[in-house]
Amino acid sequence: MAYSDKVLNHYENPRNVGVLDKDDVAVGTGMVGAPACGDVMRLQIRVNDQGVIEDAKFKTYGCGSAIASSSLLTEWVKGKTLDEAASIKNTEIAEELALPPVKIHCSVLAESAIKAAVDDYKKKQQVN
Amino acid sequence: MHLNLPIYLDYSATTPVDPRVAEQMMHYLTLQGKFGNPASRSHKFGWEAEQAVEIAREQVAALINADSKEIIWTSGATESNNLAIKGIAHFYQKKGKHLITAKTEHKAVLDTCRALEKEGFEVTYLDPEPTGLIDLEKLAAAIRPDTILVSLMHVNNEIGVITDIAAVGQLTRSKGVYFHVDAAQSAGKIPIDLAQLQVDLMSFSAHKVYGPKGAGALYVRRKPKVRLEPMIHGGGHERGLRSGTLATHQCVGMGEAFRIAQLEMSDETIRLRQLRDKLWNGIKDMEQIFINGDLDQRIPGNLNISFNFVEGESLLMGLRDLAVSSGSACTSATLEPSYVLRALGRSDELAHSSIRFTLGRFTTEADIDYAIPLIREQVGKLRELSPLWDMYQEGIDLSTIQWTAH
Repeated sequence: MAYSDKVLNHYENPRNVGVLDKDDVAVGTGMVGAPACGDVMRLQIRVNDQGVIEDAKFKTYGCGSAIASSSLLTEWVKGKTLDEAASIKNTEIAEELALPPVKIHCSVLAESAIKAAVDDYKKKQQVN
Repeated sequence: MHLNLPIYLDYSATTPVDPRVAEQMMHYLTLQGKFGNPASRSHKFGWEAEQAVEIAREQVAALINADSKEIIWTSGATESNNLAIKGIAHFYQKKGKHLITAKTEHKAVLDTCRALEKEGFEVTYLDPEPTGLIDLEKLAAAIRPDTILVSLMHVNNEIGVITDIAAVGQLTRSKGVYFHVDAAQSAGKIPIDLAQLQVDLMSFSAHKVYGPKGAGALYVRRKPKVRLEPMIHGGGHERGLRSGTLATHQCVGMGEAFRIAQLEMSDETIRLRQLRDKLWNGIKDMEQIFINGDLDQRIPGNLNISFNFVEGESLLMGLRDLAVSSGSACTSATLEPSYVLRALGRSDELAHSSIRFTLGRFTTEADIDYAIPLIREQVGKLRELSPLWDMYQEGIDLSTIQWTAH
């Protein structure tokens, strides 16, 4: 399968690879997918007092399109409010990366990952 | 040293035509060559073509120590498998309607069996051992009074393990059951002696042995005689078993390819095993990597490895300088991970993480020297990206996690 230049670029130079402290109240963590299905994404966001995402990190086990989808997402969510980040649609990711139909599920997974991270952050705030 | 990238390490998928084979084939196409129809009995053009086809048939027979009268030309191993299995089933269905094969067979066998099931035949699909090999006792236990055929591959295309067809042949002969062997992945790689083996039918492919694509053969034993119902009807070519004008150049190419394989097999076996072992020794100290299939009872050129916590297709991207294949779902049309590795009892994760390296005639030591550091580097890079690798490092048992299947 031929990959788009943007997928290759994110695969070769993934942005924001890493880990944030999942126990930090300001950090939301979303982990979606399953090893048996061939992809697992872990997306983490650090949110400031104004409710704006100031940092994002990811690690992904999956194909090149899954890696690219999560890498792109970390770039997009930085500087966004929680609501803005949670409203990112998988179709926008798929379009930006020119994903073929068989790889659309990678962008769906990325959308689930950011929603899960935002939910996790919000839950932490309620507890505190 | 200069390398041609990407390096071809997918010889079990297909092989390039050996230049010596291509040279022979070119003499049977044009007006200046021997272009006649081998079935034309009335002139020199036909006689020359027929002679070429018969010499090629003898060359194929010689590699496997058979009589050339036992060789039927086909379009490839898929057709040979179809002809053998459907041919036996249809001819002997009054004797019984039960067949036995294994879950790790090639689709050309499995789908043929599925087609027969729709016609009312019953098929037992044996589970392999974790090594990929078939347990003889389990096979014996599966044979019933109405069993007419056992079909097993000699060498598995994904993991390269070798079935003990001598032992299976003894069993099937003693039970009065026909035995078909798909030898697409073994011919020219390991010795086959059909004068000794109690095999009734054997399928061959030309393009796995440095011959052309679109050419194959089926061995059909004469003593004791095996009868088949043909699938393709027409001019009665190939003793009525496979009608259609023979492709002289394809037959010649397959014959030459098998002749060369016979000459070079013993030296090539040693060379390929050294290269394969060098590749394995260069990476085997890496953490959490596993060989799929038995390493000893295996053809020399095959190495199938699961790199845990790394997904196969992303690794293929990282290994773009190597032409290899993966058992990952993402590389298959069905989005299911390798059914062969699953049948071995490998987890979905390990099946997703598998890469098959197959070495062949034109693989050099420089190729392997290039591959080893590249594999180490790319697996390392992807593990740094992998949340599963993180969790493994932290000592978390991944099987205890509640995953969100999708």
